[in-house]
Parts: sequence; structure tokens; C-alpha cells
Amino acid sequence: MYSFDYHKPASLSDAAALLGKAEEGKLMAGGQTLIPTLKQRLARPTDLIDLGAIAELKGIKEEGGALVIGAMARHADVAASDVVKRMIPGLADLADNIGDAQVRNRGTIGGSIANSDPAADYPSAIVALNATVHTVKRTIAADAFFTGMFETALEEGEIITAIRFPRAEKAAYAKFRNPASRYAVVGAFVARTGGSVRVAITGAAPSVFRWTEAEAALSANWSAAAIDGLSVKADGLNADIHASADYRANLVKVMTKRAVLAAG
Amino acid sequence: MTVSVSITVNGKPVTRQVEGRTLLVQFLRETLGLTGTHVGCDTSQCGACVVHVDGRSVKSCTLLAAQADGCAVTTIEGLAAADGALHPMQAAFREHHALQCGFCTPGMVMSAVDLANRHPGGMDETTVREGLEGNICRCTGYHNIVKAVIAGADTMRGAPAKAAE
Repeated sequence: MYSFDYHKPASLSDAAALLGKAEEGKLMAGGQTLIPTLKQRLARPTDLIDLGAIAELKGIKEEGGALVIGAMARHADVAASDVVKRMIPGLADLADNIGDAQVRNRGTIGGSIANSDPAADYPSAIVALNATVHTVKRTIAADAFFTGMFETALEEGEIITAIRFPRAEKAAYAKFRNPASRYAVVGAFVARTGGSVRVAITGAAPSVFRWTEAEAALSANWSAAAIDGLSVKADGLNADIHASADYRANLVKVMTKRAVLAAG
Repeated sequence: MTVSVSITVNGKPVTRQVEGRTLLVQFLRETLGLTGTHVGCDTSQCGACVVHVDGRSVKSCTLLAAQADGCAVTTIEGLAAADGALHPMQAAFREHHALQCGFCTPGMVMSAVDLANRHPGGMDETTVREGLEGNICRCTGYHNIVKAVIAGADTMRGAPAKAAE
């Protein structure tokens, strides 16, 4: 790891000031991706700004009928939260299956979505549940947030403060995970609210995407069988040593069906 | 630029000046000489470096010492009682021959203690196996580790353990 100046501000305004002053500043949430990246010398910030001491980024609460999760909420906190389990149990289940127990004790929802890893679990929930990402400057709709592989709509220095999830009637996540990394080879999050169904797929493509054909099919008939007649094109899907694009295309269907079954 | 780090390690407060990039595991092993915490993969896969920070298991190779400032850290050296009596989980690992080379054992025991603390009602085999996903053992095939963790957790429930934070 290259040397850097470490800062642990106690407020968002202090964090923003430190970031503004730094030659090349980097924000750190849980550090479960950033620290390995630094250790491999793939990044060389002059200043590391740890968001771990900022109280306003913590907490999970119900607010105006929606679920609001602070950006620095750990995966283990989301998984164990009574509020999350009551309002969107599928989201607690997703958090409970990220990485391993030790990663869940450090990793955060804000860090995960800011990183926008194509195989991360949370992006699928953000998109399928039509969440809103709150930052120090504005609110960003889920459909506008993830813009590409490791890319988001966040501007330079823009800090995520919370994610607001509208309550869904039915919601569940199913993933085919890499047994070593526990990242999603393919993950599907399905959510039904009123007559509207949203299906978001992670792991399969360079960035999370909505599978609109499945949304239409499930809107007409909320059952795993509704997926049977659909086909997924392998064009543009990820291919690596773990799975070919064709294999991932098939997994998109299988995981979506499993998610619908899990949602009930 | 160095930073001042104050951590309560195994019940004893320590304060040191460290570089910002110092990992918690380096701080424990190199600064404090607590070499019971191992570095296996150094990529947060293997779990040999697991310690507790404020009672929760973490991989100390993927945490800066400065992030643990103000926290209480428990390492494998902090589990046994002052008179040397082993923690129930350590005793169970010995009883059930849950190790061969022993390299993964400190992290395995620390993860197991956290897992047992989070399941006060007891655990079945599946829960233990899933709960230890972040710890890799290349010798045992895990069977005796799982037996030991179930037995250790049972003992911990029967008599609340000293290190149950």
C-alpha cells in the first residue's frame, strides 16, 4: 500500500472540506473493496477520508412509510434489522448473503453502491425496489444511478447519505454465487408493488439492468411459470472463467424464477 | 503523516503513533507483538486474521488500525482466562481435534466465538458451516471443526464465557 494521509471526520461538512482540500482524496466507507485495492497498489490517493465516524450516515428507520437506510449501515446491520425484516424481508435476506460474516460486519450499503461492482448484490435491490439514493446535493432515482461498470451518476466529491426504499408488497433476491468470492455470477431481484413489477439483474452484464420482458410477463401473471416462455440473449453479457455469456443468460431466467418463488 | 491510535487490546488500553496505511493485523503483530493473529492470504479470503472489534468478527488484514481507534479489540491471546484456563471454544477445538497444522485455528476460533454469540439458542451443522464460510482450512476437511464449534457453543451457552463480549 502506498502512503496516504488518513482522516476521520466527524461530520459530512468536515468530510467535504477534507475532500476539497486534498490533492487526490478518496472516501472510504467499510473499506472491504477499497483496502484490497490499495494493497494491490491499484489506487494511490494522497488522502483517505474515513466516513466511519459520521453519525448522520448511520441508522435504519421507517420514515413516511418508506425504509431509509443510512449509507454507512453495515450489511450485518441491515440483515439483522427488525425494521428491514418487517418492511422488506427480501432485502434483509440479500444483505445476509453478501460475502462472509466478517465482510458483512464491515461492508456498507453506501460503499457497495458507490463502487457499482457489476457482480455486487445491492444494485439489483436498489433498482428493483425503485429506491432513491440521497446524497449531500440531491436525490438520484435508481434508474439513473448506475451508469456502467464501476460507474455511477455520483459527481466528484458527492457523498451518499442514505437510500430510501419504498415498501414493496413482495420482494425477493436469488443469486447464483461464486463459491469462492461469494459475488453474484448472476443475481435477480424481483419486486411487486401495486400492479407494477420490477426485475433487476446483477452479475450478468457490465452493470445492473432491468429485465423488462420479465417485468411485463410477471405483471400479467405473478408466477415462476410466467418466465418459462421468455428467452434472454447472450449478446453483451459477461463471460469469464466462471461462466460463459450463454450460461449467464440461462441463469438470468433461473434466478428470476427462484426469486419469484422466494417472494411468494 | 502518522496518526495516534488508541485501542483497548484484550482489555488493556494501548496508544501508538502509526502510519495511516498500517493494517490492524500489522499493528497487532508487529507493533504489539501479538503474533497469534495470522496472515494467510492477505486478501480477505482465508480468515486466518480474524479478530473481534467491539465484539464483531472482522478480517484484520482488511481494516486499518486507525479505523479501530477507540474500539475494543480481542485477539486469540485474549480468549483464555487469566489463570490460563482455555476458553470453551479453544477447549472444544482441542477436545475434538479440530486442527492439524493449526495455521487457520486462531481465526477459526475467533469466528466461531462470534458465531456462537450471535446464536444464543444454539446452532445446527448447516448454520455452523455457513457461518464459517469466511475461514478456510486446508487440512481438516472441516468435519472436526464443525463438531468442535457446536460443542464449544454448547459449553458457552451453559456457562457464559469470559470473552463473550
